[in-house]
Amino acid sequence: MNRRRIGYGILLAIMLVAPTVIYPVLVMKVLCFALFACAFNLLIGYTGLLSFGHAVFLGTAGYVAGHSIKIWGFPPELGLIFAALAAAALGWVIGSLAIRRSGIYFAMITLALAQMMYFVFLQAPFTGGEDGLQGIPRGKLLGIIDLKDDLNLYYFVLAIFIFGFWIIHRTIHSPFGQVLKAIRENEARAISLGYDVAKYKLLAFVLSAGLAGLAGATKTLVFRFATLTDAHWHTSGEVVLMTLLGGMGTVFGPVVGAATIVTLQNELADKVGSLVTVIMGAIFVICVLAFRRGIVGELGALYRKMTGTR
Amino acid sequence: MTEIFGVPIQALYGQLMLGLVNGSFYAVLSLGLAVIFGMLNIINFAHGALYMAGAMLAWMGMEYLGIGYWWMLVLAPIAVGLIGIAIERLMLQWLYKLDHLYGLLLTFGLALMIEGLFRDLYGVAGQPYSIPEALLGAFNLGFMYLPKYRAWVILASLSVCLVTWFVIEKTRLGAYLRAATENPQLTQAFGINVPLMVMLTYGFGVGLAAFAGVLAAPATQISPLMGSNLIIVVFAVVVVGGMGSILGSIVTGLGLGVIEGLTKVFYPEASSTVVFVIMAIVLLVRPAGLFGREK
Repeated sequence: MNRRRIGYGILLAIMLVAPTVIYPVLVMKVLCFALFACAFNLLIGYTGLLSFGHAVFLGTAGYVAGHSIKIWGFPPELGLIFAALAAAALGWVIGSLAIRRSGIYFAMITLALAQMMYFVFLQAPFTGGEDGLQGIPRGKLLGIIDLKDDLNLYYFVLAIFIFGFWIIHRTIHSPFGQVLKAIRENEARAISLGYDVAKYKLLAFVLSAGLAGLAGATKTLVFRFATLTDAHWHTSGEVVLMTLLGGMGTVFGPVVGAATIVTLQNELADKVGSLVTVIMGAIFVICVLAFRRGIVGELGALYRKMTGTR
Repeated sequence: MTEIFGVPIQALYGQLMLGLVNGSFYAVLSLGLAVIFGMLNIINFAHGALYMAGAMLAWMGMEYLGIGYWWMLVLAPIAVGLIGIAIERLMLQWLYKLDHLYGLLLTFGLALMIEGLFRDLYGVAGQPYSIPEALLGAFNLGFMYLPKYRAWVILASLSVCLVTWFVIEKTRLGAYLRAATENPQLTQAFGINVPLMVMLTYGFGVGLAAFAGVLAAPATQISPLMGSNLIIVVFAVVVVGGMGSILGSIVTGLGLGVIEGLTKVFYPEASSTVVFVIMAIVLLVRPAGLFGREK
């Protein structure tokens, strides 16, 4: 237990000094996607539900945050909370439809409903269609701290990330999280033990959607725009890839995966153009065929092997 | 001019035909998905990308080799079928013992690769492909003009679907297939080469997708993105119909195509979302799908 604390401490120290070494906006992008992937992992890794349309929550919250801050003049903290709640509400609607089927159908339904929302956003007047919402002001946090400064914003984003990560951590290690894992391992048995499985699944889905929304709203604040790309199925695929590459069902896997993919895309974007998609696809294939535990999962297995512990 | 609810009847018939054309594509694609799912327990996300590959191959055959439409209608499905067999042997066969979700993830990765490759080669702009000479022009049905090509697409798709249905439900080969779907171990024990059948099924399923792609080539713009937009709608079709019955997939595909066409006439804003809305309603009323069985 002590070793774990030290581990967390080192990570926190790295994150605190990171913006002095690396371009803060890039680190903030990593943090947003890391939170997004952690929220996604709560479903795939701990409940066994593959939501293939998770970008819809990222995108929706981005629009809601952008609209409420830019048009209605919400302060940033209120905009973020409002956007996360909106995403959670949408999660409730999509979740209650999708949990009516399980397995492969669940994935197809979430993907289809997300695509429907994508078309709604494409046509709705408040989203700005293909152009998106632009020039969203970052504002002042609690009326005091100016978020226009990248460093100020960085620590705010880091605080949001830690908050989200903490909620997920608490959820996984709570009795509620144990039931989720039981559902993942053997749904029929969880039902026979008297758990209302549908309710647990829905609650997990809403929580995941809300946190994905928090990530999306934060991303909007960082980049000052909300676009259709965030709600596109490509983004849904990306978050699946991040989680798969980092390690499904591990606490840090999604963070590692998000950092790897975002950095990779950042490095490759200018060099290979549209071949980025091919590379992402290839990583997918390699992960599924040879590397299903992901980076963190493999490292953990290696560590246990070397120390001889389980 | 005659009107129904303020819509000229000619426009109504036109959209109805277009709906049937789209519905035929839905039917062929969802049939392929269902056949593959039955044997491999995998949802083939690459289906849309291979449909696009079929259309691109038709265009490339014309552009580089001067091979016409009719030849490509045979050659492209065979080529894509062979690619499918390679995919099955090299990758998919290692996943059968795992959770179904890995099959979806792997084929999603493949879809990204195929789409990305064509995008890198040809960009996202559409390529034109002309209708073969024999199918130019239109039939005059008295109350409307029916473009020959549209009639051909509907006819060809339906024939392919019905032949598939006949082979699976009424022939000896189909009986083996159904037995292998039901219980692969036992079927194998009877001396039937199940892995070979699985391989051929995947090849055939993606061949169907390529066939639909060639059919679509003269009717739409051939673009590397044409598959991914379609496959998500086809997923919704599959959810609505359920994958239990072949005739069910055909009827659902055509029906949803027609509904989509009619929506374009009466409420165009909703035409891109109507299939998903219907899916949501079906989930509320009959979660197993219209023709599905609850497992």
